[in-house]
Amino acid sequence: MTAAMPRRRADDRMTLEQLLAAKEIVVFCGSGGVGKTSVAAASALGATVRLGGKVLVLTVDPARRLATALGLEGGIGNRARRVPAEALKAAGFEPRGELWAAMLDTKQSWDDLVLRYAKDEETAYRILENRLYTNLTARFVQSHDYIAMERLFEIHSSGEYDLIVIDTPPTRNAIDFLEAPARMSEFFGGRLLRWLTMPYRVGGKRGNRVLNVASRPFYQMADRLLGSRFLEDIAVFFLNFQSMYDGFVARAQAVERLLHDRRTTFAVVTTLEAAPLHEAERFCHELVARKFHLGALVLNRTLPDDLVDPAGASAATVCIDDAAPLAATLATTGNQALADPTRTARVLRTIGESYRNFSVVAMREAELRAELARVPDIVLRVPTFEDDIGDVEGLAKISRYLYAGPDTAQP
Amino acid sequence: MAGPAPDLLDRRLLFFTGKGGVGKSTMAAATALLAADIGKRVLLIEVDAKGDVPAQFEQAPVGFKPRQMQPGVLAMAMDTEASLQEYLKLNLRVPVLGRLGPLAKVLDFVATAAPGVKEILTVGKIAWDVRESIEGRADYDLVVVDAAATGHIVAQLGAADAIRDLVDVGPLRSQTQWVSEILADPAITAVNIVTTPEEMPVVETIELVDRLRSEVDVPLGAVIVNRVLPELFTHADEETFEALRTDSARELMVAGAGAGATMVLDAARLAVSLRRTGAVHIEHLVESVSLPALYIPYLFVRAHGLRVTRMVADALGEELGIK
Repeated sequence: MTAAMPRRRADDRMTLEQLLAAKEIVVFCGSGGVGKTSVAAASALGATVRLGGKVLVLTVDPARRLATALGLEGGIGNRARRVPAEALKAAGFEPRGELWAAMLDTKQSWDDLVLRYAKDEETAYRILENRLYTNLTARFVQSHDYIAMERLFEIHSSGEYDLIVIDTPPTRNAIDFLEAPARMSEFFGGRLLRWLTMPYRVGGKRGNRVLNVASRPFYQMADRLLGSRFLEDIAVFFLNFQSMYDGFVARAQAVERLLHDRRTTFAVVTTLEAAPLHEAERFCHELVARKFHLGALVLNRTLPDDLVDPAGASAATVCIDDAAPLAATLATTGNQALADPTRTARVLRTIGESYRNFSVVAMREAELRAELARVPDIVLRVPTFEDDIGDVEGLAKISRYLYAGPDTAQP
Repeated sequence: MAGPAPDLLDRRLLFFTGKGGVGKSTMAAATALLAADIGKRVLLIEVDAKGDVPAQFEQAPVGFKPRQMQPGVLAMAMDTEASLQEYLKLNLRVPVLGRLGPLAKVLDFVATAAPGVKEILTVGKIAWDVRESIEGRADYDLVVVDAAATGHIVAQLGAADAIRDLVDVGPLRSQTQWVSEILADPAITAVNIVTTPEEMPVVETIELVDRLRSEVDVPLGAVIVNRVLPELFTHADEETFEALRTDSARELMVAGAGAGATMVLDAARLAVSLRRTGAVHIEHLVESVSLPALYIPYLFVRAHGLRVTRMVADALGEELGIK
């Protein structure tokens, strides 16, 4: 099976292929559970086939079968691996380029960053061994967001790839990661941090409480709540961390510039369920307000248009209302499974009702889709598939819809 | 496999967690509604403060102070700063209002790095409310928590222990003890995990159950599988359905019901396949977690909000043998 040619619609909207041909980075975002990872991987796959070059898909937390499909089954790691060309050929693709895949290792990425920016090795190891550090990097939600963008920057600077497709971490709030670089520099340069570590700095001896902290109301309260050793731990940690401030801030700013760069575009993925869609709309709005390039909106797992077709609705009504005569006619086929008109009538009514049920959902989807008009240049639709996406062939299926053209459910 | 969990509503504290988007807030709200149906007074706590819980009742967002959503159902949104303020007032008799500004900011900051600070303020407040209700000082009997999603719930439930590892002295340390005791008591607490019959939510649920069992001391309640598609056919009927899809039958269908008959057949085929794919995930889930499983059907309705909450509550009641 060869991939279909991209089509342009009469209203001259762009295709995904045209968009990606002009970009070096595509950031896929959206709520959790909308199929973001599969859509990102399918886009990368399509780009490999259509645009050629070296394409990397950087993913965060793929389903196991998808990871296997991408050749990432050997556990997580920052090192990219090439998806074997045979796997792509087996799925009906004749790739012009190379598809590479990497999975984000948050902890490792943070460690690398510390090793790079700590003023000496001793400081680096003091940080890496601090019990608060492990916690910060593992649990601080924004730290995942930040590190994903940081890795993106790192990979982009290496100049190894023509196109990088990144799938963002599942965040409570899809907008968080946009602010992560700015928040990161604010975090390490903040006045609060200076204030918090002040009692441990005066006198120049780190870790020693040279100031009578009990004289300050805040420390008095914090001491009563947390105990002084805890506060001290925190302060010492931040003092060490602060020595990396300049490097960090410069880096965070560079990351932010890259996200705003014209070579970077964002694609928002959503299903047509109320909650993710609401989040997606808000996200599109925020992207535009913050002057990021909103390239595409992908409506994933949509129901087929057949379900809102009046012909389907009228046939469903016949199946329900005239089940008995229709069943009698069907008995004439001689097919053994249609010989019992009572049973056939029951099945006819069932499929009629089922059509109506799904039709309710499909109509709601169609309404939502209409409301979504105008947003970005490209609105793409990927239908619900009967099976899960868990291999290259599955990605290939998604890819064919993504690259088929705007807002069409036909591959 | 264990049977259903009929005693679920006899507990005093029910957490609902799950991957984002599976209907966690709906399930928490529906459980509250169901408990109110059988005469309980419920406090529903929204941890993420996104306004999802009041939305289930078509109400405006709530704050830290509980407000009635429905008869018998109060709701509040967690707010760690307000929780700290309440804690200080009750425990340390610290004159708060004037100083909390900078303290809250610092807290926010410290909480970024220190394990469990924010979490303990959340879980501590929840446990406090439960204790108040057990001791008859509150106007509710059951606390239902729309908890953090799978990624964060373990840290939240384990916060009391984490704090004890880090903080050597002080009231915070001594007071985490009773929080842990409430959370660990199977007569009081149950953590329920909501999922849908899809690959990723099921995988996350299985991983979460493993982590909860190995990392924290909190009793598990049930897994609730949301949006389960109906089984359309018995085995025999499915044969008939397959026969309808053969060319000769299809022609007669089109002749009798119009060109749309093909669409009806295709739609049924899609429904059967989706159901089957989901069933594989459910089977895998049930085999892996050995917890009672409750099934909530996919609702083919246009509505959302209170009507859906009501429908889910009824479905849940049926699963629990309440109605």
